[in-house]
Amino acid sequence: MYPEMMVKPMREEVTRLGVEELKSVSDVDAALAEGKGTALVFVNSVCGCAAGMARPALAKALQHANKPGKLYTVFAGQDLDATARARSYFGEYQPSSPSVALLKDGEVVAFVHRHQIEGRHPDAIATALTQAFDTYCA
Amino acid sequence: MSGHIFHPGHDELHGVTVVITGASGRTYLGRWHEKGARGVTMRDAAIYDPATTAMTLETWLAKQRKFGVAVMEKMIVIPADEAGEPAIFDRD
Repeated sequence: MYPEMMVKPMREEVTRLGVEELKSVSDVDAALAEGKGTALVFVNSVCGCAAGMARPALAKALQHANKPGKLYTVFAGQDLDATARARSYFGEYQPSSPSVALLKDGEVVAFVHRHQIEGRHPDAIATALTQAFDTYCA
Repeated sequence: MSGHIFHPGHDELHGVTVVITGASGRTYLGRWHEKGARGVTMRDAAIYDPATTAMTLETWLAKQRKFGVAVMEKMIVIPADEAGEPAIFDRD
């Protein structure tokens, strides 16, 4: 794990968007167990190869008119238990970080994997997210 | 953008998910780490082996594309005489 002092700005880059950070198993269950409506889970990551693009992409996507009813984040590699628990709600989808899951009524309906984030401009990633928002959150 | 952790000293494919076709007929899918004298080092890799996998390569790749890379090896070195040229995975 990285020192919290170093990770804090990466957490805040997401939470200042109004995204609720889930730091424990009970936080995750309280947020996701009910499984009603639409919820986005942003799996944050330290690695700048991809996360440095994913966070600005999320910021841009959340300016879109249609967006999920609930916004959550877990931090992979830092909050291990919470991240593992969040991933338990993702069904067949493989763990990667950063990544973004969009759930509707408890089922994953769209997923942006790390491999779909690497090397892409934040605008392109944001477009993938807003297309999913238009499909499932309108 | 705050809080970047980059990896100086690596080539431009570092950290990018690539597909490499092996001379053996296996296909390797994972994050490119580096290329050295021994071969290509790949992290979080899935390996398609036509001798042991019932589905076609195309079906296997489509599954990885939809559900994400099903990691089989945290790190592998693909020998230089096995590794073909890398192609970036799932790039528009």
